[in-house]
Amino acid sequence: MSTDVGTRTTTTPAGRIGDSALRPDGTLKVTGEFAYASDLWHDDMVWGVTLRSPHPHARIRGIDITEALTVPGVTAVLTADDVPGENAVGLEHADQPVLASEFVRYEGEPVALVAADHPETARRAAARIRVDYEVLPAVTDPLRAMDEDAPPVHRPGNLVRHLQLRRGDPSVTAPVVVSLDFEVGMQDQAFLGPESGLAVPAEDGGVDLYVATQWLHVDQRQMCLALGMPSEKVRLHLAGVGGAFGGREDLSVHVHACLLALRTGRPVKMSYGREESFFGHVHRHPAWLTYEFGAERDGTLVYARARTVLDGGAYASSTAAVVGNAGTLGLGPYRIPNVAVDAYGVFTNNPPCGAMRGFGCVQAAFAHEALMDELADVVGVDRIAIRQLNGMREGDRNITGQVIDSAAPVAELLQIVSDLPLPAEREDEPDLRSLPGAVGNTTHGEGVVRGIGYAVTYKNVGFSEGFDDYSTARVRLEMTGGEAVATVHTAAAEVGQGLITVEQQICRTELGVERVVVHPKNTAVGSGGSTSASRQTYVTGGAVKAACEAVRAVVLERAALSLGREVAGLRLDGEKIVGGSGEVLAGLADVLGEDAVEETVEYRHRPTHAIDPETGQGDAHVQFAFSAHRAVVDVDVELGLVKVVALDTAQDVGKAINPDAVVGQIHGGSAQGMGLALMEEVVVTDGHVRNPSFTDYLIPTILDMPPMQVKVLEYADPHAPYGVRGVGEPPTISSGPAVAAAVRAACGRALRRVPIRPEHITGT
Amino acid sequence: MDFLQPTSWADALAARAERPDAVAIAGGTDVMVDLNFDRRRPGALLDLGRVTGLREWAVEDGAGGVGGGSTVRLGAGVPYARIIDDLGAQLPGLAMAARTVGSPQIRNRGTVGGNLGSASPAGDAHPPLLAAGAVIEVESAARGTRRIPATEFFTGVKRNALAGDELIAAVLVPVAAGPQQYCKVGTRNAMVIAVSAFACALHPDRKAVGTGIGSAAPTPRRAPEAEEFLAGELESAGLWESRGELPDGLARAFGERVAAAASPIDDVRGSAAYRRHSLSVMARRAATWAWAQYRNDPRKAA
Ligand SMILES: Cc1cc2nc3c(=O)[nH]c(=O)nc-3n(C[C@H](O)[C@H](O)[C@H](O)COP(=O)(O)OP(=O)(O)OC[C@H]3O[C@@H](n4cnc5c(N)ncnc54)[C@H](O)[C@@H]3O)c2cc1C
Repeated sequence: MSTDVGTRTTTTPAGRIGDSALRPDGTLKVTGEFAYASDLWHDDMVWGVTLRSPHPHARIRGIDITEALTVPGVTAVLTADDVPGENAVGLEHADQPVLASEFVRYEGEPVALVAADHPETARRAAARIRVDYEVLPAVTDPLRAMDEDAPPVHRPGNLVRHLQLRRGDPSVTAPVVVSLDFEVGMQDQAFLGPESGLAVPAEDGGVDLYVATQWLHVDQRQMCLALGMPSEKVRLHLAGVGGAFGGREDLSVHVHACLLALRTGRPVKMSYGREESFFGHVHRHPAWLTYEFGAERDGTLVYARARTVLDGGAYASSTAAVVGNAGTLGLGPYRIPNVAVDAYGVFTNNPPCGAMRGFGCVQAAFAHEALMDELADVVGVDRIAIRQLNGMREGDRNITGQVIDSAAPVAELLQIVSDLPLPAEREDEPDLRSLPGAVGNTTHGEGVVRGIGYAVTYKNVGFSEGFDDYSTARVRLEMTGGEAVATVHTAAAEVGQGLITVEQQICRTELGVERVVVHPKNTAVGSGGSTSASRQTYVTGGAVKAACEAVRAVVLERAALSLGREVAGLRLDGEKIVGGSGEVLAGLADVLGEDAVEETVEYRHRPTHAIDPETGQGDAHVQFAFSAHRAVVDVDVELGLVKVVALDTAQDVGKAINPDAVVGQIHGGSAQGMGLALMEEVVVTDGHVRNPSFTDYLIPTILDMPPMQVKVLEYADPHAPYGVRGVGEPPTISSGPAVAAAVRAACGRALRRVPIRPEHITGT
Repeated sequence: MDFLQPTSWADALAARAERPDAVAIAGGTDVMVDLNFDRRRPGALLDLGRVTGLREWAVEDGAGGVGGGSTVRLGAGVPYARIIDDLGAQLPGLAMAARTVGSPQIRNRGTVGGNLGSASPAGDAHPPLLAAGAVIEVESAARGTRRIPATEFFTGVKRNALAGDELIAAVLVPVAAGPQQYCKVGTRNAMVIAVSAFACALHPDRKAVGTGIGSAAPTPRRAPEAEEFLAGELESAGLWESRGELPDGLARAFGERVAAAASPIDDVRGSAAYRRHSLSVMARRAATWAWAQYRNDPRKAA
């Protein structure tokens, strides 16, 4: 059952489940009219800026703000002393000061805030704050940070989490053994809309914050503690979000803008530029991975051992959960009877690392896929075949002992990508833009070698390890001007992925109405959970579906009552109450009258469980999503330049609620994975970021990203609403390793680090 | 900050002399980045956008160029997009370099005058100007016009020979008498600052070879020894006349000499060793392509 959604472009006006309904924000974004958080404006607002530490590690001996206060136009200068509540925030552990008090632990850590009538005035005033730093030695090598005698970044030590996983026979041996060391550089989310928010002080002494974020309620919880205010007084509203990819899970301007607003009594806007953005959010953990596979002579895996170290940087953020994924999912979608995995997250004085699309699986996939190729070569089996031989199937147990209880089409996905037509051979007189280096005119074909690589992955969907992962939806149905209108209200963040379209599609499908209003996202309704872990279509989608069902039940009960019929035989469709054989029994307007029917529902997916601390065994995850990629690259092996010629993929999405949006996620995710393989790296030396700008932090352009063949499978997950499976992350995980494999195939080098730089390919 | 908008060249020069605190702005693709990053806070911006003469180009006979042939007088304010569209035949090396600059938006705004003003070692216009033997015409209200050979124009990292009261009027680039090539290595396939770059020009009219190295030394520079080596080898084998095949290994030896002329550094964009290596590959390929073009040149019958 394979559908090529890439060619299914028809859109029924109804825009129900399975249609490529148009995004309500689409035209606005394309025409530049969409209001992003950076466009927020309030007539009497002032601007807030952040003074950040220039040092990766220092003691603050004192802060003198007198000179800054004398700058005309300045309305407030705040330091740690001005934080009314706990001076500590954090996603999982509140270990990060709102403003540094005694120590700064990474370059870019916020130290003071200034509000002024103009952002430039605020910046100049911030430059006049005198911070007396005693510079301390910085711990910047995560492997060194693990040593007993390493200086601790925090008390008691530098270990954030050690995940230990043991399964099967620890002393088993195998006739074929392959191993490798792999290193993954630090990737940035590089969302195009830098951090921004507007805090408006309210008459009740509280504050309203309009902000670009991924999870309003987790922000609110941390803000209440820092501001020392109850949640009724700290109200959040989602502003236009220009991408997120995990980089907005932690707080940025939130508390800072509110502190300034509450102090000045004026609305305060804070907007980072690109450079500050690189210091204003967490990055993807750089990783050091040591992997070993033992196999039978035919390539069947006997055991796997892995040791993974993730550099968490200066604060915990979501490092523990990333370690959870890097450990429990770190060996890929393979059947392996005997396993020993140790995954570590450590503190250093490097930039804090946390959530990014693919969350711990991305780093691991580079290692296990490179090693799988190596194993294939050593035993003399084709690289597709070895993955199919070892690939998980439905009913298998993964390395934590969890049964995979819905589709696990590893072999099929690989077959599909390997059967897709290959790109044409290079032409005799190719357009420069089709060659490595493009119009840089570095080759006309000289030195160019083609390579093909494959990779496959699986990723957990939703929050794992026992987290209470729920979403709230409020749905209201009423007649407005003679037309039925459904209003759907969730706090689930739309970050560009298309959740609001999905919410509309679900309401249309469940309630049979055309018009669906998406209420602005805010904390006036219960939590929608995080827009991360590929979870919103599943969890918030599930909540919207459940809320619609509750509304529908009320409506049908009323109809049954007034029609004198059994509820069981009634349906709601096209604003009509319809009987068992499709006969129209009443109009929705007749049933509703002037009333509105409104229901609020909390939806939870099946519970997950903590893993055993000794063995790492347990049902840690709720759902798994699978994808495979085939990359075809042309490499100028003399200059080390790469042109990705094709990047084709197959993915099981359970059910494509919005097929165009699914393909969009797959395109974007694949580009982001390829970016890590070939160019995207935050270069950090001695704790200092050396390329905090898009001049030198390179992300793929249209000339780097090939057109894609995308094959979407829809094997419904019986446990999920509509059978959906999370879509957003798998492409980011399997694309990069496929590209890296293709480059290795072309140049014949081992390439055990990404991003692969030209000098790695040329060996110079 | 004042915004000065002279409408004539004379007024622009006068303003330049009167306001030492002013920063000239052409396309603004460097200046505005500096202002946004707060790297510069000039007292005034001297906008050259209304001085229409700066945006024109013309072919002049026998003017300034080294060989005495015709020369393109390229106004300092001609944007890259027009160089690509209009001057591909006369100044092929510069046009190829222009094609590698930034994005369409940057090529519509950015100018060679601005590239020279910034004098970045990575500026893409510089290597082809060096290879072609271009001359930069600068002018001040007080002292009039001065002509500075491109080889003497770059004085240090992001420094040039311009005096405080001078503006760049034009670049005088000899019309190509032979094939030219420009190669630029970057770590992605568009919109990238050069990791290393190389320009070469064959000057069959004077049996010479021109080179320009970018992003591999404190300033853009030529590789004089490599130039003399290749020209000499071609001369001694009579190849300028015969247009025969390049002897085995000649292009490679040329590439090695080009690489030797560089003094690159390790930085976030690339390693010194890779820069040197890539220069040798680019120079070998560029010389090979240029020679193949020369051999197939329809003018050879003449
Ligand atoms: C996104 C982006 C990508 C880029 N990519 C590239 C690239 O690939 N390759 C590359 O080489 N550059 C690149 N640049 C840099 C820039 O575009 C070039 O250096 C361009 O040539 C500058 O021209 P301009 O007219 O915009 O100069 P401006 O910014 O207007 O001026 C630059 C400097 O020259 C001075 N100046 C300008 N005109 C004169 C004059 N007539 N007389 C005296 N001084 C003058 C100015 O005072 C200033 O110091 C890029 C810039 C951006 C923003």
